[in-house]
Amino acid sequence: MSSTAIEINSKRGTWGGGNEPLKASYGKLMMWFFLLSDIFTFAAFLITYGAIRVSYPAFSGHVKEFTPSNEYWPVPEMIFDAVPFLHGVHAPLVFVGVMTFILIMSSVTMVLAVEAGHRNDKDDVVKWLLWTVVGGATFLSCQAWEWSHFIHGTDAGTIMTYVNSFGQTVTETVFGANLHVNEYGPAPFAQLFFFITGFHGFHVTIGVVLLFLAFYQAAVGVYERRGHYEMVEKIGLYWHFVDLVWVFVFTFYYLV
Amino acid sequence: MSSLENKTTLEVLPRNKEKIRKIWKTALILLIITAVEFLLAFTMERGMLLFAIFVGLTIVKASYIMMEFMHLKDESKVLFWSIMLPLIFLVWLLIALSKEGAEIFLMRW
Repeated sequence: MSSTAIEINSKRGTWGGGNEPLKASYGKLMMWFFLLSDIFTFAAFLITYGAIRVSYPAFSGHVKEFTPSNEYWPVPEMIFDAVPFLHGVHAPLVFVGVMTFILIMSSVTMVLAVEAGHRNDKDDVVKWLLWTVVGGATFLSCQAWEWSHFIHGTDAGTIMTYVNSFGQTVTETVFGANLHVNEYGPAPFAQLFFFITGFHGFHVTIGVVLLFLAFYQAAVGVYERRGHYEMVEKIGLYWHFVDLVWVFVFTFYYLV
Repeated sequence: MSSLENKTTLEVLPRNKEKIRKIWKTALILLIITAVEFLLAFTMERGMLLFAIFVGLTIVKASYIMMEFMHLKDESKVLFWSIMLPLIFLVWLLIALSKEGAEIFLMRW
């Protein structure tokens, strides 16, 4: 029987069926193609950010003399300069640097978990998955603080002239940010911040849930009984993708 | 019942020291690049050159994550290119929307 099957396969060729032309399982392939579609979504967000940004004047003076206004696009390092427990201290991009560090480290522990999965080492898989869950949850907590600070704003606020939600032009001190007006710059600045980091944070949240499920299943021996740890690998692909997106968000939202 | 029948003890292989060292090396490279970006943000004058350096370093970081962490370079050639080639469409989106943004700028100011 087996020799007959091999003969038919050899006549069918690579794409004739009965084999794996891409040498990857169905689940892994679908994860890759899902991630490809997700790359398009995030790329659309970031390219939109670029398009809207160049449609506004840039701040022309020296970076150190920057004052927020809705007349021009803000310099991000002068906006994202707050760190928890250090109220009023100007520490540009320090907190977001810490967040980047946390996410990259959680990506490292994830790839270590995948490596342990290849070796069927249950203890190592459980250990590294738990570290990854901790890293992801820490990142989300940091982002929650970042959002909270962004929404509530600074002590001084900014005096701005803008059209409010009733269609009246008003001049008043604006504190923090919402989708209509913000103390940092033109309205799209905060809108894009909420959409881009929010959509990324939503992905991280899903990732943490999936990681926790994988951690639980690995710990109770589901994958050991199944005979392989491929699920860890698939969730790992997703988690690295979340890290990949953050690398771009970090550059195009915070650095540039 | 089938899950009970499958209950086999998997053979646990020893840690592959070389592989694990390579993972940590990649992590170190990623962190160093991020540190360099951070440093440049505060020492260099803002402009086209700095922007180009940031984009270049970001692409280097992205390829390390995709090739080393996601093991894309170990996949078959067909899978590799079916992920990489569609990204060409993004180049078009980038060109189209940059032009759009610049035109809106000219109309407004």
